[in-house]
Amino acid sequence: MSQATLAIRRISGHAGTAPGAGVERDYQVCKLVDTTTCIGCKACEVACLEWNGYTFSETVFDNSYQTMPETQWNYWNLIKFNEHEREDGSVTLLMRKDQCMHCADPGCLAACPADGAIVQYTNGIVDFQQANCIGCGYCVSGCPFDIPKFNPKTKKMFKCTLCVDRVSEGLEPACIKSCPTGCLHFGSKDDMKDLAETRATQLRENFGFEKAGVYDPAGVGGTGVIYVLHDATNPEVYGGLPKDPQIPWVVRFWKGPAKWIGNLAMLGGILGVTLHYLRFGPKQVDASSDEDGGQP
Amino acid sequence: MSVSHVISSGKTAGETGGRILRYTLGERVHHWLAAFTYIYCLITGLAFWSPYMFWLAVLVGGGPTARFWHPWLGLGFALSVFWMYKMWHRDMLTTDADRRWSKAMKHYIENDDQNLPPIGRFNYGQKIFFWLMFYGVILLVISGIGLWFVELIPWSLRWLRYLAVTVHVIAALATIGGFIIHVYMGTAMVRGGFTSIIRGEVTEAWAKTHHRLWYEQVTKGTSAEK
Repeated sequence: MSQATLAIRRISGHAGTAPGAGVERDYQVCKLVDTTTCIGCKACEVACLEWNGYTFSETVFDNSYQTMPETQWNYWNLIKFNEHEREDGSVTLLMRKDQCMHCADPGCLAACPADGAIVQYTNGIVDFQQANCIGCGYCVSGCPFDIPKFNPKTKKMFKCTLCVDRVSEGLEPACIKSCPTGCLHFGSKDDMKDLAETRATQLRENFGFEKAGVYDPAGVGGTGVIYVLHDATNPEVYGGLPKDPQIPWVVRFWKGPAKWIGNLAMLGGILGVTLHYLRFGPKQVDASSDEDGGQP
Repeated sequence: MSVSHVISSGKTAGETGGRILRYTLGERVHHWLAAFTYIYCLITGLAFWSPYMFWLAVLVGGGPTARFWHPWLGLGFALSVFWMYKMWHRDMLTTDADRRWSKAMKHYIENDDQNLPPIGRFNYGQKIFFWLMFYGVILLVISGIGLWFVELIPWSLRWLRYLAVTVHVIAALATIGGFIIHVYMGTAMVRGGFTSIIRGEVTEAWAKTHHRLWYEQVTKGTSAEK
């Protein structure tokens, strides 16, 4: 699944220039999820399973409409239902489509030790390559959204691919295609941000949602999935959407300075014993009471 | 130690060229079980540690295979260290002789051994290494289980995921430091040590030079029996 950008640069035996040559194209793709128009129908959950070839998983009932507590290795798209009590005491049902956020600065990729197991395409899609995955689970520690999941049978990690196979062929992701209310949009990052800001302005000015806003967290460099929220100041109420997601500092330290400190220390140890040997050499056994010089 | 340590047939202790049993078969087997499992975890662990060393995983069957066996052999290493604890923990307690010896450790490092106070079966450095590995493996196992089943740590307790990574790295690096010094001293610096952990025997001169108190204790014991 690695044909992320299929714009043609050159064509063999072709008269004239390649179609579209020299045209500026914005390859940053983005999903826009407008939580204010989601009706919780779960069509996107089904479309995701259909396109990616998974059968429906066992549901877990927890006094809500939610299919299961969290995404699974074979269930990448989950609507999170949250009964939220407003300040005036009234109750509202918040619904948020949860999936991989396709961070511009992906924590999973930073934490991964296996060559080529996680790639980020120039269009922003972050994709797991199961052929290279060793199943260590470091990506679980790196992800600020708790998305990568382990398949115990194949011992590989899985998550939403942003339908890289569809997108690279010019199609929109399966979840977007299935949405009946138009709360899901797909396009370039710039276009989706414009659309999201327009909708947020509309919510603030015409619908009385004074705190409405766009969720595109800067802590991970922005995301390839952005939300319009009724209350952007409190994303946690949408099923634990982190307010300021970051790659955990432990992961940053582990994959950054700790690596060089550790490598230098190990190298220093080897160098140290080598120098010791050159300077002092082996110990001598006192052979005064032993004719064979202490060699056992 | 009730086993007969002086094993050269036909010669009494103290006689020239006598050989002394330093490690029983059981002790040697457990040492090499620990060595094999530790080196496997070291190779695979270094592969997961740095992309520049990922090729090490190829040597032991590839990344997924390395990832599969690393925790299991790690448990094997822990078991063999715990067995060593059972065999040696009394020998590894710090004594007054160790305290005197540790003050003069500079002479040991500079091979100026005649200025060292006599020492028992294990010297202070060996004891430090033993306890480093013992406490190191406890931390490695606990944090390693966290890394092994990271998904089972709930999101609300995710600080445990990060703690597991931190502890595993620090403990691993500490044991690697000890391991480098241990291998160097056992093979290059203290000749005869490597043979003793394979065949079990040292010469009397070796015992007298490196572990005089142990030598005296062992030879006195056997000559009293004879």
